[in-house]
Amino acid sequence: MSEAPENPLSPPPLSNSTAGILAFAAGAMLILPALDAGGVIDHFTLNLWGKYFCYALLALSVDLLWGWTGLLSLGQALFFALGGYMHGMYLMRMIGTQGQYHKPIPDFLVFLGWTDLPAFWKPFDQFTFAMAMVFFLPGILAFLFGWLAFRSRIKGVYFSILTQALTYAGALIFFRNNTLMGGNNGFTDFKEELGFALREPSTQRGLFVATAAALVGVVIFLRWLSGTKFGLVQRAIRDGENRTLFSGYATPAFKLFIFVIAGMIAAIGGALYVPQVGIINPSDMTPDKSLEAIVWVAVGGRGTLVGPILGAVAVNMLKSYATRAMPDLWLILLGGLFLLVVLFLPGGLVSLPEKIRGLWKKSIPATLPA
Amino acid sequence: MVRLFLIQTFLWLACGMVAEAQDARHEIAAATLLKGEAAQIKALNGLMGQADDAIFPLLEAWRKDRLFLYEANGKTVPVLLVGAKDKEGMQAAERIDTGKPLVDEKGAAIRLNAEDLNAVAHSANLRRVMKAVLDLTDLASSEPAKRRSALAAIGQAQQLEKLPALEKRLAVEKDADVLAALHEAIALVRLKSPDRAVKVAALKELEQIQSLASTDFIATVEKEAKLAKDENLAVHAHTTLLAINRHRSVVDFGGTLFRSLSLGSILLIVALGLAITFGLMGVINMAHGEMIAIGAYTTYVVQNVFAAGLALSPFGFSVMIPGLHATGWFKESYFLFALPLSFLTAAVAGILLERGVIRFLYRRPLESLLATWGVSLLLQQLLRLTFGANNVQVGSPSYLSGNWVVADILLGWNRIFVIAFAALIVFGVWLLLTKTPVGLLIRAVTQNRAMASCMGVRTERVNTLTFALGSGLAGLAGAFLSQIGNVGPSLGQSYIVDSFMVVVVGGVGNLVGTIISGLGIGSFDQFVQQYSPSVAGALTEVPWVGGFLQNLAQDSAVFGKILVLCAIILFLQWRPSGLFAVRSRNLD
Repeated sequence: MSEAPENPLSPPPLSNSTAGILAFAAGAMLILPALDAGGVIDHFTLNLWGKYFCYALLALSVDLLWGWTGLLSLGQALFFALGGYMHGMYLMRMIGTQGQYHKPIPDFLVFLGWTDLPAFWKPFDQFTFAMAMVFFLPGILAFLFGWLAFRSRIKGVYFSILTQALTYAGALIFFRNNTLMGGNNGFTDFKEELGFALREPSTQRGLFVATAAALVGVVIFLRWLSGTKFGLVQRAIRDGENRTLFSGYATPAFKLFIFVIAGMIAAIGGALYVPQVGIINPSDMTPDKSLEAIVWVAVGGRGTLVGPILGAVAVNMLKSYATRAMPDLWLILLGGLFLLVVLFLPGGLVSLPEKIRGLWKKSIPATLPA
Repeated sequence: MVRLFLIQTFLWLACGMVAEAQDARHEIAAATLLKGEAAQIKALNGLMGQADDAIFPLLEAWRKDRLFLYEANGKTVPVLLVGAKDKEGMQAAERIDTGKPLVDEKGAAIRLNAEDLNAVAHSANLRRVMKAVLDLTDLASSEPAKRRSALAAIGQAQQLEKLPALEKRLAVEKDADVLAALHEAIALVRLKSPDRAVKVAALKELEQIQSLASTDFIATVEKEAKLAKDENLAVHAHTTLLAINRHRSVVDFGGTLFRSLSLGSILLIVALGLAITFGLMGVINMAHGEMIAIGAYTTYVVQNVFAAGLALSPFGFSVMIPGLHATGWFKESYFLFALPLSFLTAAVAGILLERGVIRFLYRRPLESLLATWGVSLLLQQLLRLTFGANNVQVGSPSYLSGNWVVADILLGWNRIFVIAFAALIVFGVWLLLTKTPVGLLIRAVTQNRAMASCMGVRTERVNTLTFALGSGLAGLAGAFLSQIGNVGPSLGQSYIVDSFMVVVVGGVGNLVGTIISGLGIGSFDQFVQQYSPSVAGALTEVPWVGGFLQNLAQDSAVFGKILVLCAIILFLQWRPSGLFAVRSRNLD
């Protein structure tokens, strides 16, 4: 696969910049809300950055699997959306009777002819239960699927295709009205979270701080994980799974653990995404969304911590701009960008300085003839 | 002797038919001259269910005051005025009893003015009888299909007064299918009979002909019998109902089997190209779906070239493709030209894709998956910009529309065509792979690339050729899909997940694996769809998620897809690299 690090015991490449991200995210966590409160930037910008950071969490989950373990999962959007739905159920309950129909149950249930809350909705009145489910449901799904997939040694493109089918099946289920999860329209029109009105800028600032904190926490966790022996085995699986297996490591168990962790990280991103963007629907659950997240990682630079975050922010800034300025061409731009990065810049944006330095070095002898 | 007898019979039949045709005209002519409503009604009732194409226009003319009485030399002749009026308002006259022009003694045609004549009168009661007769004229239509649909409608209406006319048809009707429909209609009408014995006989008859259309009516009979405390009749009706429902389940099973085969064939055609490229190069081509769409759009363009041409405006440039304005069979034959062209277009696109992108990524299979996804996005958007975001219309040629009915099972011609062509394509690919030099090279590279290369096979060229073949097959699949569903920019996306599944289950390097897995997945999906509503109730027994499963099972299409996925994941526990894996000592 990609070039192995020179010293197998050294931490993953470009780890120096981890400190940089931490400083950046921690700074953003404090500075952006402060600027927003002070009126220097508008609420929309702060909200946009909150969304980018959620995407960065999704990108990190993709990178944990793809860049560090060699598993290309097309199912991360499913876990992201599931996390979002779990939090969304709580937010739907918090609308109370303020919906269009002024009934104590969510509007879409009234529309489907329900008068009482279905049993599985009831516990979601509790914030703590909803938060537990944000971790639990994607976690259990990742565990079941991963257990079946890894024990039968499904890997490579086979794994990608199966995760793609899993995501597709998930979207099919959530698109149905009878699943009682909002169908096509999903959840929207949220009012409040833990008693704070979501419309208030201060609530949005709080959510932004929470997202940035989650991002910092996940980065620290992954940084720590990559330094442990576990992280070393993980990279060994990426670079030569059979050798690792024959050295006595139960690679399926390692992969399963990482798959579950990655699913949960994606779910955290989804859970934080919903209150800030204000909507979640099954179109966030499609294989194409997973592939989009893979584009972020590829563009930023896989196998690093800074790459996915950089990629998620950069590509989405481009998307925010391009879908407004040239909506017809955005998909061509995205496809083309992806193609170019895969073909010519496999290391992503973070490898760009090194590449330029390499070109520079090569060009020196040419300019200095003996 | 026998031959003579046959000829005699034939002559006798022919004479009978002519005589009857004259009868209908004469009867109407006579009826117009009769005095008194009752007599006229009686005369018209005699027309019920007669096989004569003259009845419909004549009675229509009567109702619309276009039948006239022409009096000359003390005789009254009923006539129909036909043709355009001349300057004096005169029209040609046609005798009703013979259908020939009205002539004077010298044999010259007489022309008449409608204003000088008396129209034949008609009362409300008479019009009602005419309507009843007209309802039954379709029974006498010369097209069997019309006769059948008329019989179906009469059977459903269950009007006892139509019974005599229907019974009269029994002697006349020759077409076996229509005769069966006639028996069914008569039995259905007899269910309304006040005579209990007739009812029972009708039930027996319906059971014997296994009439699927009759279940609702039989259920009504059962209900009424129970209300009337006629236990015996209720039991009769119930057993008939059971027997017919048994027949229905057989028919449903046959229909499901046919749909399985047809879906399986579609999956097979779609996945075949994918399996070949994947087997050879280990490359999952995410743009395979767009190759399908390219094939379908090629069919669309060819169709329009045969018709009035096509105006496109990709990126604001307007392009006009002139049309041939073909008609008749030549226009219908467009599909035969579209098939090779869609193969070629997609094959060229495949060559460009392989040369431009994939050849740089042979050592990185995961990245080739990603790069081809990028290409897929690009192509989708290009198609959208060129042909518009909406679906386009691709018409089926007449020889592909319509149904074939075997033992109550409806078989669509287009689906039969797909099945046959899937078989043909598989055979062709098999020939290509096993009986030609190119096939030998492809198989050699698939089995051991390094060794083939050492033996002097130009593996790069084989790659390109194989990719062209795989993409071309996708293009063919697109041409077929245009006959079955909508053609739109995201056409390929709806089949791509399923076709990946077919490849994963089938394994690589063996056509048989792809065939079995394509047909298997197609059948599994269709059978789950057919039978999931009936097992939905049992699913509530499952602990924890029972309610959810039952809810899901009611949506049979989604449930089918999800169960297919679960089945595949479980199947891979048993055979991780599909049905047929290439044996190799390589580990990675």
